[in-house]
Amino acid sequence: MANPLRGEVFRLYKNLLYLGREYPKGAAYFRERLKSAFMKNKDEKDPEKIKALVARGDFVIKELEALYYLRKYRAMKKRYYETEE
Amino acid sequence: MSGRVLVGVKRVIDYAVKIRVKPDNSGVVTDGVKHSMNPFCEIAVEEAVKLKEKKLIKEVVAVSCGPQQAQETIRTALAMGADRGIHVEVTGKDYDTLGPLQVSKILAALAKKEEAQLVILGKQAIDDDCNQTGQMTAALLDWPQGTFASEVALENDKVKVVREIDGGLETIKISTPAVLTADLRLNTPRYATLPNIMKAKKKKIANVKPADLGVELTSRMLGKYRGVTGKRKERATQQSRVEEWTILPNIHRTIL
Repeated sequence: MANPLRGEVFRLYKNLLYLGREYPKGAAYFRERLKSAFMKNKDEKDPEKIKALVARGDFVIKELEALYYLRKYRAMKKRYYETEE
Repeated sequence: MSGRVLVGVKRVIDYAVKIRVKPDNSGVVTDGVKHSMNPFCEIAVEEAVKLKEKKLIKEVVAVSCGPQQAQETIRTALAMGADRGIHVEVTGKDYDTLGPLQVSKILAALAKKEEAQLVILGKQAIDDDCNQTGQMTAALLDWPQGTFASEVALENDKVKVVREIDGGLETIKISTPAVLTADLRLNTPRYATLPNIMKAKKKKIANVKPADLGVELTSRMLGKYRGVTGKRKERATQQSRVEEWTILPNIHRTIL
C-alpha cells in the first residue's frame, strides 16, 4: 500500500471526525456514516483512485464548513436583524 | 505604528444550544453545556487575521477574560490565525459579576500595555447582548471607534469603516489607534480545522491577573433578576426568552 497515501487517508478521517462533532444530526450519526463510507473503499489499491477519493473527502470537508457557517449566519441574522417582510 | 491588533474573544454558550434556566431561577444552566466563541468575536478574529494576511498589520493578539476554560476560546482564535494569546484570569464571584465595564477596563489597560494599533471586538455577545464593551473601551482609551463595522479598510494610519446603522450604511474615516466592533456582514470567519488547532498548540498564551494590570473588578450592580417569559406561537414551537434584568444604582454622573 502506498505509504504517503495511507497518511493522507488517516489525516482525512481525523479531520472529518473532528468536523462531525458539530453535525446537526448528531456526532454519533455522523461517525457511523463516516466509518461505513471509509470501510466501503478500504480494499482500494489503485493510487489514482485513492487520490480521487481523498479529494472527494476534502470536498466534503469544505461542504461541511459551508454548512456550519450558513447555519450560524442564518441563526444570527434571524435573531439580530429585522426581517424585511 | 506597532502594527499590533488586539482582539477580544468571549466564551459563551454555543449559539445552537437550547438555554435552560436553573430550577431556583438563580441563573442559566452552564455545567456540561457546550460553549464556544461568540459568533461576533469569530468575525472580529477573522478580520484581524485578514489584515495580517494582507500585510497591513504585523501581529494579532487574542484576549479573553474568565476562568481556565477561557483558554479554549483563545486556542480557537490561535487556530484561526492569531499569533499569541493573553488569558486574563477572572474566577468565582468576580467572574459572575464580570460585565462590559470591567472587561473594557481590562482591554484598555492591555491595549496601552501592548501598544495596540487597533482593538477589534465583536459588536455584542450572544449571552448578554450588552453591545457596550467596544464603546466603553474606546471611551476609556479616548480612542475613536468604528462600531457595527461591515467593512474595514486600513489606509496608512487611518481606518475607513462602513457601519451598519438603522438608516442604512454610514462611512467614516477615523485615525488609529482605534476600536472597532464587528457586525455580522464584515466577513466570513474561517473554521478552526483540526490541523490548525494542532499547529496552534505551539503558540503561547500568557496568563495575566486583573490586578497586574491595575484593574479593579468591583461591580456596580446591586442585583440580578432572572425570569423566563413564555410565548406560544400559533404555528411554530413554543419559544421562551430568558430575561436578565440588571439592577443598577441610580447614578447620574459617569460610572467611572
